[in-house]
Amino acid sequence: MTILETRPRVARPDVRVVRRRLGPGHRIPYAFWIGPILLLAVWSAGSATGLISPAILTAPWDVVVAFGEQWTDHDLLGNILSSLHRAALGLGFGIAAGGVLAVVSGLSRLGESLIDGPIQIKRSVPTLALIPLFIAWFGIGQEMKIVTIALISLVPIYIHTHNGLRGIDGRYAELAETIGIGRGEFVRHIVLPGALPGFLLGMRFAVTSSLLGLVVVEQYNATAGIGHMITLAEQYGQTDVIVVGLVIYGVFGYCADSAVRLVGRKVLAWRRTLED
Amino acid sequence: MATDPGGLITRPAVRVRDLHRRFSANGGVLNGLDLDIAPGEFVALIGRSGTGKSTLLRALAGLDRDIAGHGEIEVPEAVSVVFQDSRLLPWKRILDNVVLGLREPDAAQRGRTALDEVGLAGRERSWPFQLSGGEQQRASLARSLVREPQLLLADEPFGALDALTRIRMHKLLRKLCEAHQPAVLLVTHDVDEAIALADRVIVLDAGVVRADVPVDPAGRSRTELRTFLLEELGVEKENR
Repeated sequence: MTILETRPRVARPDVRVVRRRLGPGHRIPYAFWIGPILLLAVWSAGSATGLISPAILTAPWDVVVAFGEQWTDHDLLGNILSSLHRAALGLGFGIAAGGVLAVVSGLSRLGESLIDGPIQIKRSVPTLALIPLFIAWFGIGQEMKIVTIALISLVPIYIHTHNGLRGIDGRYAELAETIGIGRGEFVRHIVLPGALPGFLLGMRFAVTSSLLGLVVVEQYNATAGIGHMITLAEQYGQTDVIVVGLVIYGVFGYCADSAVRLVGRKVLAWRRTLED
Repeated sequence: MATDPGGLITRPAVRVRDLHRRFSANGGVLNGLDLDIAPGEFVALIGRSGTGKSTLLRALAGLDRDIAGHGEIEVPEAVSVVFQDSRLLPWKRILDNVVLGLREPDAAQRGRTALDEVGLAGRERSWPFQLSGGEQQRASLARSLVREPQLLLADEPFGALDALTRIRMHKLLRKLCEAHQPAVLLVTHDVDEAIALADRVIVLDAGVVRADVPVDPAGRSRTELRTFLLEELGVEKENR
């Protein structure tokens, strides 16, 4: 025993892993890109080995070539901008309308009785099924397209904002009463920030739904836009151009979703979640 | 109620007469309660669970509009409430929480001063989740103080804190009340806390005042007072 005591003591450094034991673990650098790159690798390998024939799916490099051709000869940039413009306008109207309706319906019983029912009904009718009606009302021009995209993105914004708003702790309303703030300040300081996490979740759904709407409405009489490009390619049997269009839609969706998530991480810094 | 031999010199900060509140038809929570609190006086309200302590506090705070009842309540213009939970808005930084709803141009400066007073200088930009329980409760005290209340209502404000933090908070609250001189009504279930902090202790039972005793260094000793209050609360001798 005493022999053991005389041995020089080695100071062991106190190394601890600062991490939640039951959390998802450390943040992986460039985690966002790992999945898509893996997908691309599988696609490339399949095309290179001939497992995926060009008639089924064009090889990635041929898509790149087609992209270059479209860019130089067929005003691809113009098509992209035209599509983006359409999606952004529709999404903008959808967000504004969905947000306002959610706040009105969330804060007043009258508003709820007027708004909530019709939106729940609208929810069960697929917007895409309404397109024939919209064509009758608005024609086949830009208006019909924007109304469709707005309506399709309005629903998730409304549902999630309304849900977030109703989920705000009632004790905060009590606090607001004791410090004597008015209704306007109550909405600004308590209701809106409290509903923000719900709104941002709604945004993620709305962004992808707006692209879904975009794909569909651009099949109707568009003279520019990615959908227009795909429709033409379909007529001429150009699979590579179709894939170019699909990749662009995918990139749109991915970038938009990343943007929403990035904004979310910034404006929700007050939350301590598993993600941190 | 306590009689004032010298006549009514100052108007009480709080005056409650014949206050009734009931949640259901079969029984009242407050049954004709009378209460006066002088300006600057620190009153602790104790009582067993369900004797109407919180109901009385909520009535004074004007937070009981959905409860049936009648009676007379006079409270000052500036009333502030400290809840058992700090009730800081998680999405606002500490300073923004403290000055929430203040319209004065120097609100931010006053908020900083209040945070300094409760020992939270330098934490203005923190989020509430970054503060410990005691610090959060101090921030909520700052939020009340910055409004310069004439009446401070505190509903078991230290109930969720550990014993050591509690002692520190007692000292802080005493110091702040001496500096700002609001009338205070502190609801607590802790007899020792009541004796340590208050000028006067009120025991509530079945919705009326059962005992109303001053905490007077010249009068009963603290031990005697404690024994008396525990008896009034119906705690048996062997359980003390």
